[in-house]
Amino acid sequence: MTMSDTLLKVDNVTLRFGGVTALDGVDFEVRRGEILGLIGPNGAGKTTCFNVMTGVFKPTAGEVTFDGERVSGRAKYAITRLGIARTFQNIRLFPEMTALENVLVGTDARHKTSVVGALFRLPRVKAEAHTLPESGWRRTFALTFGVSRHIAEERAARAKALDLLSFVGIEGHADAQAKNLSYGDQRRLEIARALATEPKLLCLDEPAAGFNPAEKARLLELIRKIRDLGLTVLLIEHDMRLVMGVTDRLVVLEFGKKIAEGSPAEVRENPKVIAAYLGVPQDAA
Amino acid sequence: MMSKLRALDNRRLGFLSGIGDRWHALPKPWRIAFGLAFVVFLFALPRINIPFFRTVETDFTTVLWTVAIYVLVAVGLNVVIGLAGLLDLGYIGFFAVGAYSVALFGSPQSVLATKYPWLVCVPIAIALTMLSGVLLGWPTLRVRGDYLAIVTLGFGELIRLIAEKGDALTNGPRGIAEIPYPPGKWPAGVNSEWTGLDMFGPVTSLGWYWLTLVLVIVCMWAARRIEHSRVGRAWLAIREDEDAAEIMGVQAFRFKLWAFAIGAALGGLSGAIFAGKQNFMSSGSFELMTSILFVAMVVIGGSGNLAGVTLGAILVWYLPFKLQDFNITIDGERINFTEYRLLLFGLALIVIMTFRPQGLLPKRYRSSQPPAAAKEEVPV
Repeated sequence: MTMSDTLLKVDNVTLRFGGVTALDGVDFEVRRGEILGLIGPNGAGKTTCFNVMTGVFKPTAGEVTFDGERVSGRAKYAITRLGIARTFQNIRLFPEMTALENVLVGTDARHKTSVVGALFRLPRVKAEAHTLPESGWRRTFALTFGVSRHIAEERAARAKALDLLSFVGIEGHADAQAKNLSYGDQRRLEIARALATEPKLLCLDEPAAGFNPAEKARLLELIRKIRDLGLTVLLIEHDMRLVMGVTDRLVVLEFGKKIAEGSPAEVRENPKVIAAYLGVPQDAA
Repeated sequence: MMSKLRALDNRRLGFLSGIGDRWHALPKPWRIAFGLAFVVFLFALPRINIPFFRTVETDFTTVLWTVAIYVLVAVGLNVVIGLAGLLDLGYIGFFAVGAYSVALFGSPQSVLATKYPWLVCVPIAIALTMLSGVLLGWPTLRVRGDYLAIVTLGFGELIRLIAEKGDALTNGPRGIAEIPYPPGKWPAGVNSEWTGLDMFGPVTSLGWYWLTLVLVIVCMWAARRIEHSRVGRAWLAIREDEDAAEIMGVQAFRFKLWAFAIGAALGGLSGAIFAGKQNFMSSGSFELMTSILFVAMVVIGGSGNLAGVTLGAILVWYLPFKLQDFNITIDGERINFTEYRLLLFGLALIVIMTFRPQGLLPKRYRSSQPPAAAKEEVPV
């Protein structure tokens, strides 16, 4: 089996709401292991593009394929399980739940236990010796009869969630309710929750919005760390300096259309992009 | 005045969370011992004479049984409203389906005339209510919030109208009598007057109270297990933000349907107990007002918290009986507080929604966390 170089392909996607065309034949691909920036002025259709990729909207025409599988038409949770995770431009955590629980919900995307499993603690699975107490009857019992899949999943999920919280740097707030976290920590928690779903592609929707330069620098470092884990990152961002510093390639949208694509250096020199961001001087028109 | 009340209530919650912390700090054997002692206390409660607590006008054991059965209802409705956040205003419908299942399959008067014993009727009742929960949920759980509340309200009324007008099946307001009850006779030594009488018969409520208490404990244990699992987390996530939950991989529709089915099953079980105890079932037992009182006990107590909804059920169903003991006479006219209970609960709902929308015993109030309420303490 050959691993294709393309992870996600947005193929000629058009999305109309009544008379408004939000996306107009958008066409680009995300390559395995890269950090791709999706930029454009306000209202260009960047978030809409995310929404099409994650199943919130179904494209009017065209389709999205991920890792060889068709995305469009699948349920949202099914797309997550394919391996696309995202954060939101306006933070959408579960405010009353703790930081740890927020991440646990993410890990649940890969879990199998449901009502029956939780209630009757069935089926039993083989116990992993290193997760058990050193000695005592509990160890003997678990080694003989195994542990329930519910318990095994819960233990593994908890350990993984704590790891992820320290990965994004908020391990000290595991038991705080998400609504009580600071703004920056909430953004980090969203990233941890998305990572918990074990994605291949992580889509970040303006993760640096409202950050000061020091926080932005830490975020850049985090995004690079995520890429080094072997994930592919798709990044929507307004801050040009941040985008230029971290991305391998850029796709530029304006009014729902792709106007440019290429390396940051190429895009920066592209007259269409300059015009889109700075406007066209009157005398040049 | 308002801020003073708020400060007072925060102190009350602080005190409660202090007790909670101390409880969690106890070694496990102690907690088990205290828990068992409390359960024994609950079983012995009808025989313990606590002054003032005991009701005078109504048989105290019957009052305890009534409270216990509505605690069971509260545990079920808590899954639907408190955990999954689905406002169900027609919960009485499930209660009625459970009760009528027992009446129809058990009573010799019913058209089915199967005359199954009570113990056989209960699983049938639970299965039928779960089925009715899924049948109601399948089309309606696609709508959200207020719309769902209206649809469930309609369901409750629909069941009541079927009970009232469906003469052929339910015998309407004339009802179905001779509903079976569990077997068993009182052994000698409990009470000399009862020896040899049916344990669940019409003479005493004690057997029913004990049976209901056992079922309440089992159902609470089961509800806790589900709550502290992937399923419970999925419910909370759906309640908080359904779209975000789905994008994080939660199968929202499936888990909402589970919440409905589990809630319905517990409602059906309560209905089955109710029918067996009352021996008689008619359409008059399932008024819309009862459904609203169900929601009131979950909301007043603290939706999403088992201890909270239990407190809510106790307040809503014990207080009216207690108030009966305080009849006062003005100008020769006997004033009965019980008649004003709906007014009182209405007022209580307004006050609690204003001051403490999370209910009297909110979920997870630990002093180790910065209380959200304290942050809202900005003087208005």
